[in-house]
This record gives sequence, structure tokens and C-alpha cells, in this order.
Amino acid sequence: MASPVHAAPKPSRWRRSEGLRALVWMSPFLVGLMVFLIYPLIATVYYSFHRYDLFTLEFIGLDNYAYVLKDERVWQSATNTLWLVVFMVPAQLLFALGLALLLTKIKTGAAIFRTIFFLPSLIPLVAGTVAFVFLLNPGTGAVNQVLAAVGITGPDWFGDPAWSKPSLTMLAMWGVGNTMMIFLAALLDVPKHLYEAASIDGAGAFRQFRSITLPMISPVLMFSTITGVIYALQYFTQAMIASRVASGSTDSAGSVFTPGYPDGSLLTLPQHLFQSGFRDWSMGMASVHALMLFVAAMVFTLILLRQFRFAEEAR
Amino acid sequence: MRFIPLAVAGLSALVLTACTTGKEAGPSLGAPKPSGASSQALPPATLELWHGFSTDAEVKAFEDAIAGFNKKFPQIKVNAKKGIQDDQITAAIRGGKAPDVAASFTTDNVAQWCSSGAFQDLTPVIKSDGIDLTVLPAASRSYTEFQGKRCMMPLLADAYGMFYNKALMKGEQPPKTLSELTELTKKLTVRDADGNIKVAGFMPSTQYYENSPSHLGPMTGAKWYNEDGTSAIGSDPAWKELLTWQKDLVDWFGYEKLEKFRKSLGDEWGAEHPFFEGKVAMVLDGEWRTAMIANDPEAKSLDYGTAPLPVSDTKPDLFGSGFTAGSVIGVPRGAKNPQHAWELVKHLTTDTESLVTLSNALRNVPTTKAAAESPNLSDDEKFKTFLDIFSHPKTSTLPANINSVFNQDVFSTFLIQWEKGAVKDLDAGLKDVDKRINDKMKLSGG
Repeated sequence: MASPVHAAPKPSRWRRSEGLRALVWMSPFLVGLMVFLIYPLIATVYYSFHRYDLFTLEFIGLDNYAYVLKDERVWQSATNTLWLVVFMVPAQLLFALGLALLLTKIKTGAAIFRTIFFLPSLIPLVAGTVAFVFLLNPGTGAVNQVLAAVGITGPDWFGDPAWSKPSLTMLAMWGVGNTMMIFLAALLDVPKHLYEAASIDGAGAFRQFRSITLPMISPVLMFSTITGVIYALQYFTQAMIASRVASGSTDSAGSVFTPGYPDGSLLTLPQHLFQSGFRDWSMGMASVHALMLFVAAMVFTLILLRQFRFAEEAR
Repeated sequence: MRFIPLAVAGLSALVLTACTTGKEAGPSLGAPKPSGASSQALPPATLELWHGFSTDAEVKAFEDAIAGFNKKFPQIKVNAKKGIQDDQITAAIRGGKAPDVAASFTTDNVAQWCSSGAFQDLTPVIKSDGIDLTVLPAASRSYTEFQGKRCMMPLLADAYGMFYNKALMKGEQPPKTLSELTELTKKLTVRDADGNIKVAGFMPSTQYYENSPSHLGPMTGAKWYNEDGTSAIGSDPAWKELLTWQKDLVDWFGYEKLEKFRKSLGDEWGAEHPFFEGKVAMVLDGEWRTAMIANDPEAKSLDYGTAPLPVSDTKPDLFGSGFTAGSVIGVPRGAKNPQHAWELVKHLTTDTESLVTLSNALRNVPTTKAAAESPNLSDDEKFKTFLDIFSHPKTSTLPANINSVFNQDVFSTFLIQWEKGAVKDLDAGLKDVDKRINDKMKLSGG
């Protein structure tokens, strides 16, 4: 007895072959996703329940989690990382936006200024950081010597826990060229007639910026903020190099360099992760740190996406 | 949805593959084989040797030592790869691409390499070859084995003592006790009208270059670990004695003044080293500094002397001892030619001529008694101080520990707080250091 159900096979087979074809086309992406994202994520969760020294593996349940929760270095490094997200990222974005706005206003020599502002971002991270630490050396650095010449006693930039993160922020602002170029492109894309119309309506510069510029560049702002936050959560090289150079300590027989100098103020969570996994051979514990970073990145990204969506809707 | 079980199975396979990474074993060392003539009858082979030396002079010295091995074993070719760090060695062993022989500049990873089996236990071949390890000082034996597994041999050693600038000493002899050091430091320190330090007699800060707790500890005979491997820092009164002395001297300088001076000093490894520039009269340093001074165009004319470190006033028998550690060498798991590799390790670490060649070129301490007493060892009074320190029976080391880097980190971090005056109760602070080290030890399965 025929039934409507039996009439379905043709389209179903077609759909299946379509699905298979789609899967084949998507396979390079899926393989990449599995190998570089899903597998590492599952492996990280798996290792976090184990004592893993890169050679031997032993299940220890929640011991790594319990230890991490009590480890004051974890909380110190997490707080430092949070500081960078809250202060360094906005400082970078505002500075980059300010420079980009400035470049749109300059009538002559814009190309020269654009090049000057962009150049620092081309300097290798390690070289730039070492140069910065030397310039800001309280005893021999040029910055404090210039300040002293005008009667100001400069701070102990990278040697004082109160100044070390602001000093890193200055370094980050100095190398803001890439973000500046993205903002500049977005600003130059804003249709001029919008400003002309607003001007005729009597809107001042601030009103024009708030009501035209910001909404028009908000997708770029959102992109830069989210990537900036993720970058800050992964902050490693500059903090490690600045800390090592400023401390003057090195690894030699019976002597090890402790990241985070001064007083752990430059210890970021990724550095602590690296230290735990590759210096202390505690890969299980490092996996817990990695999961903390993953969760933090997810939470920040979701909050930012929500905030930007609300701002869009409000407009 | 049908793909989900497949995906889960695939991922499980990947995870399991990862879990077994590094468990592939190559031919293992230890089949008892007498050395000597029968060892020289080993079949031809090409060995891969990884080491951390990188400058032309270092590489040449190492190649000269290998040339001596080639004379004994012409059928064995050695390909030496320079500038290798520990991370690369570990990664290669995990990936099943281990070299036949690997050397490391630090002893910090020895415990992990031994306990995990990343490096092969040399005990059977040492026994079968009849090697008497008492030719090595106890300290060198201690940093090359872990829990009865000897997976490394000491290659060259570093010994730490005192360097003093004769011009700045104002005719004084180097101090022998901590109270003499304090007295002399105060006498030799020069300040300007504002109290800023211009010349320091001695830098008591643990943040100053080589003043790590490991290097300072032997001055009072301080121990890192108890017999059971737990931390002895909080219970060994020698640490309290050392730190109390050190803090008194820091306070005499004034922590702020001392830090300001420390931060104004040049790079430890450059030509602007404060000892070279006459900014510090007495420094704790390793024997390798003698070569650095000799090779520096400006510092080579420096009139300086070397001496053992001053010791606790109540433990004069410690005088002459110091800290030692050094480079280590072994046969990784997965080495293609382990028996050939052992012959090379044995040659580099026990052959007197080879050790003397390396020591003369690199100005590091040779590890065996025969090499240290060899007439071919370059005669140098300043360097001899360190040979004597190395062979002193009370010379100590940082014994191999599964959390070696972590333990040093924790203690060094505490010491910074201590010397700046942020620790009010030293006993409680040291107990806390113990707790942190022991907690981590438990987590690491130690």
C-alpha cells in the first residue's frame, strides 16, 4: 500500500548527496577545525585532570584545579592580565583613534606623519621592548635624563611595580600603527556629505563625531576592541622581555630568572602558563591555566558583542 | 548527527595518540658490554651530538675534545650540533627524533629527565665498565642523578667564589667570615654627599647578578632539601643566619639607595660590568669570569684577585667551600646508537685529556680529580682558587629536584620581599616557602 512517506526517497537521496558534497567542500575547513581547535581543546581538558610532565601521564582528578585556585601567582597573573585588558586596550584604541583622526585633518605632509606613526609597529617586538627598557632605565636611560634636565625626577619605570604596567601601556601605544591604519581607512570611508549635512544643521565637531563618525566606524571599533582584548589576554613577549631586561637576571648554574619582575607586577597569565608547562613540567596545571584564558576570552568577547549590539540598537 | 559518533571516535583516537606520544623506545643502553678493546670493536656508526655551546671558541674546544674520541674510535663519526637548548632536546625525545648524545648547560631539568626516563639510566654501563664515580666530587654526583637513577654525567663544572678588586681593597685582605665581610663592605663603600652609593664594598642584594640563594647558601652551609626530598628552607637555621646577616647589611646601605645603585649598573655580560668599572670592590662570581676578564680588551688590565667566599663566623670549617653546578651530558631515550653514545659520553666526562682540553679552552672547572691535578691544565693562580673550591669536601650544590625551577622561583621571590622589608616574621615566611614547595612537590608526585 502506497503511502505519502514512500514518495520521499528521491528528494532525500538528493539531499544526502548534496550534504555529502557540501561536506567534501567543507572538509579542509573541518579538518583544520578539528586538528587546530577541537582536538587541542579536548586534549587540554583531558590533560587538566592529569599529572603530565610531557612524558608520563597519571590521572589525578581535580587536583590541578584545586592547586590553581589556591596558587597566589595565578591570581596575581590573572589580575595583571585583567589590568592590561581594562587599561591598556582602551588606551591603545583611543590613542590609535586619536592619531587616525589627526591624520584625516592634516592637510600637508599627511603621508610623512602616517609613515612616522606607523613605523614603530614594524619593529620586532623583542627589539622594541629592549630599546624601550633601555630608554626608560632610571639610571642611564635618556627619558629620565631629559626629565632631570627640566627638574623632574623620573620614576623607576620598569623597576617599580606601580609604574611597570603603565610603562608597558606606553610601549603598546607606541606600537599602535596597525590599529591606527585600520581606523584611518574606516574614517576615510565615512561619506563626506553626512558631515556637510550635519554642519548645515548646526552640529558641532563633537556632535558630528558622536552621531556620525562613531556609528559609521563602529564595526571596525568592535573588531579592534575584540582583537585587542584577545591580544591582551595572550600578552607575553613584551612583558617577559621587559621583566628580564629590567631585572638584569639571567639563567646560569644555580640561578633562574623569575618572570614578572618587579614584584610579579609584569607576570601575565600566559607567562605563568608557559612557566608551569615548560619550565616546571606541570603540563596538567598549565592546561588549567589555558582553560582559564579560554573562558576569559569567551566571556569578554560575548560581553563586548552584546554591548556593541545594544549600542547599535539604541541608535 | 550521524557524524557525531564518527567525530568522537576520531577525536578519541587523536587524544589517545597524543597520550602515548613520546613512548616509543629506541634501542636501549645497558646490555652489559665491557669497555676497552671490545668496545673499540664497535661497528661503524655516525653519532649525533647536541650541545649548547655557540661561540666559535666554545665550538672549537668541543670539536677538539671530540677529535680525541675519534682517535680512539676512528670508525665512529660524530656530528655535533651547536646552540641547542633544553626545550629542543625534550621536544626531540618526545617526537622520537632524539640525538644519540645531548648536553645541557643547566642541572634544573635533570630530575625530570631521569624520573620520566627521557634520558637513559647509565648505572648498568658505569658498573659494567668499572667506572669509579668517586673520582667526581659528591656535589657533582648529586646534581647528575635523581632517586638512584644516574641519567647524566657531569661534563664541566662551575664553582663560585669571590672576586676582589685589589685597587679598591685599600690594602685589605679578602674576608674569611661574614662579620669580616660586613666590616670590610662598610669600610670600602663610598657615598656622595646625598648618601648615594658611588662604590659598593659588596652588594648584599639577592637581585644582584650572581647573588642567587643557591650561590649564597654555602656561606652558612644552608641546605635546600631534607633527606625525604621535602624543603629544608624553613627548618635549617643556616638560612635564617644567612638572611639575617644579609638583611642587616641591606639595611645599612638602605634598601632604596641600594636598589638605585643596582639599577644604575651595567649589563652583567657586557663590558660595563660594575666589577670591571671599579664600582663594586668584592663580588660573588663563577670561575668563568676569569676568562671574561681576560678576553675583555679593557678589563684584562684589571688588578684583581680571587678567594673562597667568606663563611659563617660559627662554622669556620666551611671556609674554602662554595657552590658548584655545571653542564651535564647523557644518552636520551630513542638514541639510535646508545652503546656508541655511551662511549662518547664516557670519553668526554672521564678522559683526562679531553677534560683538560675543554677546561683550558673554556675556563670551566674539569670534573674529575685527575683532570684537576693534570700538569697540562693551564696554570693560573686566579683560576686555581675555583679548582680548590670545587674539590673542597664541604662544597655543595642544588641537588636535582623534580621542581627545581619552581623551588628557586618561590624562594627568590620571597627573598625580594624579605630584603625590601615586607616580611615581618622571617620564621613564618620561611615556613610558608616550605609549604609552597612541598605542596607543589605533592602535586608533581614527588
